[in-house]
Amino acid sequence: MTTDPPRPEKMNIIVFSGDLDKVLAAFILATTAAAMGVAVNMFFTFWGLNVLRQKKFTAGRTILQKMMNALNRGGARRLPLSKFNLLGAGPALMKVMMKQSRVPEIPELIRTAKDLGVTFTACTTTFSFMGFRKEDFIDGVDAYAGAATYLNEALDARTSYFI
Amino acid sequence: MDKDHTLDCYGLLCPMPIIKIAAMIKEIAVGEVLEVVATDEGILSDLPAWCQRTGHAFLGIEKRGDEYLGYVRKTSA
Repeated sequence: MTTDPPRPEKMNIIVFSGDLDKVLAAFILATTAAAMGVAVNMFFTFWGLNVLRQKKFTAGRTILQKMMNALNRGGARRLPLSKFNLLGAGPALMKVMMKQSRVPEIPELIRTAKDLGVTFTACTTTFSFMGFRKEDFIDGVDAYAGAATYLNEALDARTSYFI
Repeated sequence: MDKDHTLDCYGLLCPMPIIKIAAMIKEIAVGEVLEVVATDEGILSDLPAWCQRTGHAFLGIEKRGDEYLGYVRKTSA
């Protein structure tokens, strides 16, 4: 029953959404693909960058950026739900349900992804207009880059997702 | 079925069984058989799919009570 392993595959996921449910789907696919021997890169852009943020209020250089980032508080434990957010009650309920079913939380999936060699790229354009700094982000971001870098990777990969 | 190692994935949902299987397979020797104990029905399809992709030999899955017992032989380092 022995078969030769197929050539290493590459997969790219754009994480555009910062919603808990969508980010969960992105990380389930990323970690599973990595466990199947696939080289996975996750490109975090726009609201998706909230997954990797660690500081809550300090982000932003201009007053508008600071105002936006006070509303758009990041952090993998603070992500809203895409439906039934109910001012944060939805995600709180969802997390209890996930825990009861032993579904890992996003911070644990981030660690698992890094352990499995998944690379994280952060979008520099979002960085600039939101006024983020590298210190605003968790360790584990492998690259800061733009669309050409993503496309160069994606055109080499057979599978690309936009989540 | 004869096995060399057992991995407990009882109560775990996707993606954890596959993540744990991938980690465990690295720890065992080529030729050894890993038994996976899981309760999520997805394992019926996910284990052979994982084997097809990684090249390890899928030896079958048995149902025992509420558990699925899956068997994989490590075929390459």
